[in-house]
Amino acid sequence: MARSFAEFGNALYTGEKSIDFIGKRRTWYLISIVLIIVSIAGPLLRGGFTFGIEFTGGSQFQVHLSEGQDRDPAVAERAVLEVLPASAPRVTQLGQSDIRVQTEALSDAENREVTAALAAQYELDESEVTYSYIGPAWGQDVTRQAVIALIVFILFAALVMAIYFRTWKMSLAAIIALLHDLVITAGVYGISGFEITPAAMIGFLTILGYSLYDTVVVFDKIRENTAPGELNDRRTFAESVNLGVNQTLVRSINTSVVALLPVGSILFIGAFILGAGTLRDISLALFIGILVGAYSTIFIAAPTYAHLREGEAAITKRDAKVRRLREQRETGGAGAESEEASTVAE
Amino acid sequence: MRRARRSLVFLLVLIVGLAGLITYGVFRSDATWTPKLALDLQGGTQILLAAEQTDGESVSGDQLQQAVSIIRQRVDAAGVSEAEITTQGNQHISVSIPGKADEATLQRIEASAKLDFRPVLSTGIGIDLTEAAGEEDAAAEETATGDAEAAIDAGDAPADENLDPETIPESAGDLAWITPALQEKFDAFTCTSEEALDTRETAADRPLITCDETGTQKYILGPVELSGDVISDATAQMATTSTGATTGEWVVQIVMNKQGTETFGKISQRLFGAESPQDQFAFVLDGNVLSAPQMQAQILDGRPSISGGFTQDSAQALADQLKFGALPIDFTVQSQEDVSATLGTNQLSAGLLAGLIGLLLVVVYSLFQYRALGSLTIASLAIAAVLTYLLLTFFSWRQGYRLSLAGVAGIIVAIGFTADSFIVYFERIRDALRDGFGIESAVEHGWKRAFRTVLASDGVNFLAAAILFILAVGNVKGFAFTLGLTTLVDVVVVALFTHPMMTLLARTRFYRSGHRFSGLDPQRLGAVYRGRMEFRAPVVGKTASGKRNARSQKEAERRQTIAERKAAAGASTGKES
Repeated sequence: MARSFAEFGNALYTGEKSIDFIGKRRTWYLISIVLIIVSIAGPLLRGGFTFGIEFTGGSQFQVHLSEGQDRDPAVAERAVLEVLPASAPRVTQLGQSDIRVQTEALSDAENREVTAALAAQYELDESEVTYSYIGPAWGQDVTRQAVIALIVFILFAALVMAIYFRTWKMSLAAIIALLHDLVITAGVYGISGFEITPAAMIGFLTILGYSLYDTVVVFDKIRENTAPGELNDRRTFAESVNLGVNQTLVRSINTSVVALLPVGSILFIGAFILGAGTLRDISLALFIGILVGAYSTIFIAAPTYAHLREGEAAITKRDAKVRRLREQRETGGAGAESEEASTVAE
Repeated sequence: MRRARRSLVFLLVLIVGLAGLITYGVFRSDATWTPKLALDLQGGTQILLAAEQTDGESVSGDQLQQAVSIIRQRVDAAGVSEAEITTQGNQHISVSIPGKADEATLQRIEASAKLDFRPVLSTGIGIDLTEAAGEEDAAAEETATGDAEAAIDAGDAPADENLDPETIPESAGDLAWITPALQEKFDAFTCTSEEALDTRETAADRPLITCDETGTQKYILGPVELSGDVISDATAQMATTSTGATTGEWVVQIVMNKQGTETFGKISQRLFGAESPQDQFAFVLDGNVLSAPQMQAQILDGRPSISGGFTQDSAQALADQLKFGALPIDFTVQSQEDVSATLGTNQLSAGLLAGLIGLLLVVVYSLFQYRALGSLTIASLAIAAVLTYLLLTFFSWRQGYRLSLAGVAGIIVAIGFTADSFIVYFERIRDALRDGFGIESAVEHGWKRAFRTVLASDGVNFLAAAILFILAVGNVKGFAFTLGLTTLVDVVVVALFTHPMMTLLARTRFYRSGHRFSGLDPQRLGAVYRGRMEFRAPVVGKTASGKRNARSQKEAERRQTIAERKAAAGASTGKES
């Protein structure tokens, strides 16, 4: 596999083998537009996103049980109703050894009573019960800050990239791909009903960095290929871009795999051992985001860039020249062949 | 070559220096060998407070700092050691208390509201009268009704739903504040009711219906006459007679600033000798009456003292509340978390396990993809890990940094990003080999291009982390910190370790000969057109001619392959058109 992979890399590098990412861009655009529509419509049809307790406010208890202990949710429910007869606690089993109980926001005194009741029902020490209270404004605050961070980041990143690449079109293409990633990742959350928590938001915000990181690496190669010194009369602009994507394809695959491995292991550990929580929420958003980000760099960012540049007069002119020369070479080549043939005949 | 050695030495100095500094700190200061853990990993109570100025304006940085120091005093007063109180963003204060915080401490922190002084207009029994009707209660009721009648006479207010009088009364102590509607509300008011929780919402220039802390007495208070920030000090002490002998009675001694002295002097002149209960002056904290002492003298020196059945503890508690409650900022508890120590330990070990698995997978994958070169990835990751660990320990010692679960996640995520910079580098070397460079010059050539890319992409990543760190609240901060730190570490490791090591390795026989397990076997990488075992010959030399040679070679090779490709591509486009 490794051998063929390296050879695959060679073929891509020399252009011997070339996947036509740019030429088939309409197909990718169509796929992405469909995905985006689904990502926006899906959550709406499902009735919006599922927000964690952090956004709705409330109290949450987590009981840590030792292994093998009976984890009957009814026990927890009984304990809560004992203290608060009118409440409707949500009890879920978490990971392999925890029970989570969510109620409406409780006062300090009520919280202590519930803690004591839960500990008594499960015959545990009170120190095994974790309690958290989230005020109704907390989620809004986090959201507001996250939105500010998102906007500030996009503006800064767009500026930095425009300066680094010396063209705002690369910057724009990268930002389009970034927004594409965010919308689709959020869509996956909305459709699958995964809870949106502040930790999941951290994940979303990290996608920002990752998506652009990935795009920057590929664009760097594209810039090299389309630098004035590198452009020759044998490749159109779009073909140069396509070559760049192909030349970095092995890197893109390797990078995405390497980024996904640790994230996947947090996701696995977080989901199966700990149950819901910071680790799972961060890694779930990241896992989806990295996959979508790797796709968008190749199939959206690069084609969009080529698309944006193709209309430029200088490039249209040059592309036309390249095509003309190519035709000449072909007919010339055919001529040479026939000449050769005639020489042989002589 | 020499430069490579110098870089490695520099890195060694950096690591040894950092380790030395921490060692020094451990023996001579309060440093520890491991980064301190945040509460979600070690167990404890974490409270996030939102500060809001009562007049709706945004809280300034100075005020937030002041609030932090006040909360710190309160927590310290409770004898809690190692509490962490920090500002987050521009309106949040995070209080972290290791272990399980007792109720009193929590209340003291959360009771951190605005302290106001309001005149008492009317009093009543705060518990439900229909349930606990007695002679005493009835008497209290009568007083209240009497007041209400007086209010109607004085204010001549119509009996509508309006809680405010039609004409604004002249002074805060004017009974005209009590409209029939307000009186009705007061009569129905009990301290156990839902409304009792909303008392803090009342505007400063409106009368307030509220209870004392025990919930047995209810009050109608006039508008705020003086805000708590005029108090410069409050202490609990034994009352003394004029001769200086102690009376054995605990009092709370208050010291006011100049403005407070002046205003309070006027108030005391008005209140002294007034009819009960209008001679009482209420200290209101968080909407609840802390104390409503009678004015027993005209106090013109700004040093009132409160007496009346205090024990040492209750006097001290009131003094603390007066002193520390004097901040014109409201706090609301945004989130509170009690994490048990067991859960914290579990999460830490689960996090470390996840990191270990992730690391192992990355190592296996890079060995698989890059053969022996993968070992350089492993070594670089190890150096990055050491550097990150030392830096976290250092920041934990000097800056009070604490590693949280989200921080651990940041580190694990960074494994992938760090490994990526090696991939970018190795792929660039391979590209240079494919172009026909000899191994040594391929390493240099690949490095030049890869480093630029690594810098650009890490720059974008760091930008994301920095913005997150500055703007975000709560555990987002911890995550952003480690992500940003590891991004910087990545650049350092790639430049000072991976590249110099690669330069040195390129000179070893194993790599130079392009061993098939080296990951840099030129043949397998398609450095074509140069016959078996001859791939080194044309470009090994470092001379200019050698380079030119390499370039022309590269050019020739590219022409050829591209020509082939174009021919094919041309044929297909021809068909399309």
